[in-house]
Amino acid sequence: MSGGDVETGASTRAWGVERVVDTLLEAEHGRHDITRLTEEWDGLDLGAAYRAQRLLIARKLASGESRVGVKLGLTSRAKQQRMGITSPLTGVLTDGMALTAGEPVPFGALIHPRIEPEIVFVMRSRLAGPGVTAATALAAVGSVHAGLEVIDSRFRDFSFAMPDVVADNASSSRFTVSATGVSALGLDLVLEACVLRKNGVVVDTATGAAVQGNPLEALALAANDLASRGEAIEAGDLVLTGGLTDAVFVQPGDEVSAEFTSLGSVTLSVEGTS
Amino acid sequence: MDESSIARSGDRLLAAYDSGIPTTPITAEGPVSLEEAYGIQLHQVDAWLAAGRRIAGFKVGLTSRAMQVQLGVDRPDFGHLFSDMILDGSAPIDIGRFISPRLEPEISFVLKDELAGPGLTLVDVIRAVDYAIASVELIDSRIADWKITLADTIADNASSGGLVLGTKPLRIDAADLGLIGCVLQKNGEVVATGAGAAVLGHPLNAVLFLANTLGSLGRSLPSGSVVMAGALTAAVPIAPGDRFTATFAHLGSVEAAFTSGTGVSA
Repeated sequence: MSGGDVETGASTRAWGVERVVDTLLEAEHGRHDITRLTEEWDGLDLGAAYRAQRLLIARKLASGESRVGVKLGLTSRAKQQRMGITSPLTGVLTDGMALTAGEPVPFGALIHPRIEPEIVFVMRSRLAGPGVTAATALAAVGSVHAGLEVIDSRFRDFSFAMPDVVADNASSSRFTVSATGVSALGLDLVLEACVLRKNGVVVDTATGAAVQGNPLEALALAANDLASRGEAIEAGDLVLTGGLTDAVFVQPGDEVSAEFTSLGSVTLSVEGTS
Repeated sequence: MDESSIARSGDRLLAAYDSGIPTTPITAEGPVSLEEAYGIQLHQVDAWLAAGRRIAGFKVGLTSRAMQVQLGVDRPDFGHLFSDMILDGSAPIDIGRFISPRLEPEISFVLKDELAGPGLTLVDVIRAVDYAIASVELIDSRIADWKITLADTIADNASSGGLVLGTKPLRIDAADLGLIGCVLQKNGEVVATGAGAAVLGHPLNAVLFLANTLGSLGRSLPSGSVVMAGALTAAVPIAPGDRFTATFAHLGSVEAAFTSGTGVSA
């Protein structure tokens, strides 16, 4: 299951971003969790982590997937303060992660999936830092959508340091985005409410203010942070702006929905029977 | 529990209000049924009415799934709201009147008609509600360190403390109250967010629970009552000097600032 030959190959090599990526992809494909790589390799700092993430995405693109956007992680100010950072972390979305309407979460292919509701932007134009503000970010947003993200950290019990989760492409796994969008103009995203239900029961509620005070602030900070690594948010990109609530664990047969004030609803069912 | 131990437990809680010194859990002395717990609450309510205080309405508590899971219960509870618990939010509130206060943003309702349960439906509730209004509830516990079970909080008037009301009444057909968002800021920082559906799926369900529960006890929910429907977010501890703003979609905002009450600072 874990691809013993590859694992042996990985474990005999010296640590570097290549071995980090091999280890993460093995975990994902073999559906087994791993312990913190920052405890294996002290060279895994934030810079190395983003280089590893870039290589990991390059591997996915080489295997036929296409880049479709970015995801923002750690967008809660309280969590950022605990982690000692001031802007969200970013990951890259590919079409291999996209679930079409009605497509179930492939539980059997995942390690320990959790689902969180998100406000999603589709970009009208390219957004490149530095110097992006929430107001200029708004001008680059084409439409706003309801989304649900399936996160599936490759790390045991979702226990990781910042470089671990960055290298792991911000725990990305799957996502779905409502096909009906609304204009961002005139929409108060701070007070846009979200009701998260699991199997019909309300499990959590939040508003857009849970994401960096305003998801547009998160978008601006991410654009500026990406610019420091020579990257930008492209026209047509999807941007998953970060979990509004804590992510809920799911089991086969579960159904999770997010209902928003103005963005409509989106639902994911998990394959299998409970 | 017999009548005299119910009265004794009620007196113990009344003494905690007077002294400001919290007491040990009522349930520490032995099992307390929910009926007995409400009996302890009513013992205090009778004492307060005898002292000339006036009932302005009710609070519904334990309305969020998180709180119900925390206390291991599957239903809400209620407490009595007295008119002197409705506080003026335009001036700092003296925190000294409380023991261990916390703040929760809530949607409150005011009734235009009496609701006499049991057997009421949401239709009756919708017809009887005059308006919704933003509010923040100040919860408090006369039981030390909030070490409460369901029976303890029921006995302690559902851990109620006070209420600050907003200033913008809203007809309940003007918005879907389940999807009304709320942002709670403490000293300018967002500390919690939530939506109306955090309250039993929809805040009017809290009024329905209250009216039917009172009805099963042979009481009605009078016209003009204020009903605090339950928290939209987790409760946030209050310290002297704190300033809270709860901003609601459609309902406006409510501010509450707190002082230690030990004197005016220069």
